[in-house]
Amino acid sequence: MIKQVPYTIKVTCFLLLLFICPATSALAQDVTELVKKVKAKLDQVNDYTATGKMKTDVAFIKAPVGSIKVFYRKPNLFRLQRNGGISVLPKGGVSVNIGNMIVSDGFTALDAGTGMIGKSKARIIKLLPEGDNNDVILSTLYIDEVNLLILKSVTTTRENGTYEMEMYYGKFASFGLPDKVSFSFNTKDYKLPKGITMEFDDTDAAVKDKMKGKKGRVEITYTAYEINKGIAAAFFK
Amino acid sequence: MWTHLQIELYKIFRRPRTYLAFAAITALIAVIQVGLFMDGKEYTEFVMADFEGSFSVDGKILNGYFICYVILQLLLVHVPLLIALIAADMISGEANMGTLRVLLTKPQSRTAIVLAKFLASVVYTLLLLIWIAVLGLFVSMWVFGTDDMFLMKSSYVVIVKESDVFWRYAGAFCFAALSMVTVAALGFFLSFFAENSIGPIVATMSVIIVATILSTMNIPIFNTIKPFLFTTHMITWKEFFDFKVNDANEAIIGSIQNPDKIIRSALVLVAHIIAFVGAAVLVFRKKDILS
Repeated sequence: MIKQVPYTIKVTCFLLLLFICPATSALAQDVTELVKKVKAKLDQVNDYTATGKMKTDVAFIKAPVGSIKVFYRKPNLFRLQRNGGISVLPKGGVSVNIGNMIVSDGFTALDAGTGMIGKSKARIIKLLPEGDNNDVILSTLYIDEVNLLILKSVTTTRENGTYEMEMYYGKFASFGLPDKVSFSFNTKDYKLPKGITMEFDDTDAAVKDKMKGKKGRVEITYTAYEINKGIAAAFFK
Repeated sequence: MWTHLQIELYKIFRRPRTYLAFAAITALIAVIQVGLFMDGKEYTEFVMADFEGSFSVDGKILNGYFICYVILQLLLVHVPLLIALIAADMISGEANMGTLRVLLTKPQSRTAIVLAKFLASVVYTLLLLIWIAVLGLFVSMWVFGTDDMFLMKSSYVVIVKESDVFWRYAGAFCFAALSMVTVAALGFFLSFFAENSIGPIVATMSVIIVATILSTMNIPIFNTIKPFLFTTHMITWKEFFDFKVNDANEAIIGSIQNPDKIIRSALVLVAHIIAFVGAAVLVFRKKDILS
């Protein structure tokens, strides 16, 4: 026998839906507005040239800290140039660049609450690109609502896995440009046949263990920015 | 002994086979350099295929420092043969020509004669290595230019800063010299047991081949003898191209990952040299010279 739902419960549910739906919609509008504000802040920068130091921290890569020069032009032209030496970057164009953390156009923003990034309170927003052809599947932004700064982003891509960016701000916070960017990504285990390397003694087990299962990280510490001085698009080709 | 050393050097350098070794080294290095100059990109793509799946590398990987590393890696396996050609002929060659007895008529102790002959083969060995350094390192630097050194090891990748490379080569060549002098000492020792050169040369190479196979095979039964084989320690020159990192995984410029390993290997090689030359002196002092 089917039990009838009491009339009072039905009314209560209806009333709840009546109030919750607009509230959710209002929140979605709020976070969309917040993302737009952050984007507007970043849009002040048409182009920049920055100098800094890049550190590659991957368990199976021993590399020295290198000097780099970074060039950016709106909307998504990015070039990282080393000042001599060999540089290693994770594949998939980690254009270690704040501009492409926010999908340029067509996204749905969802509020995912708040959290703490270091000592700063951040609004957590999930961005879902609307187009099917976008490499980014999901992007989670941690935004400092007061200063309109992206403190952290977690981006899941179709081709290049998931990567995280953490930003630390200082002198150029008014332009939304970080003093330091830490880019984390998953690494596959690396192994090359001993026949190629012609190394026949085994690597210490302790060293091998240290190299397994760690996340890779690229840290760029910017020492100076030159903003809106104009860079030709041809430079990025 | 100095005079005797000069005579021995004169004997070595008036033999055509001495220059054959230098010509062979020149040809081998030229082949590697021309090959890498023409198709180096494909070689690096092949070696880095696994790595480049996840990372993009920007910079001049195929530079003089990298080329020299490839040359050393390939050549130091074959140079022992060229060293054996001279070192294993030092006594057996004299015996073959019937000049050993004449040599011993000189007013010098047998020990002094043995040491002078050994030092002459050491000088030859060092000159051969200097020639490798000139062609392999300096010519490669001139042809391919310089940059950071990108090395792929079995379990990790090392990028040595350009300014931090040269002294490592100096150390690596010194260590390679020690390895090759050990080979010279072995050939020299074996040359006391034959009256023609072929036997000691082939014996020297046979010992090196067998010992190298034992050193490279990862079979537990051989692992106990590996530390005592000089061939195990001959490749320790590579340790100069690995550095320490701090807790933040930052390279410590000017450091070596395993300095103890280099010292230990150097001591093992020195012990082999002393043992071979000491045994050679003992054998020669008691030997009844009939040729």
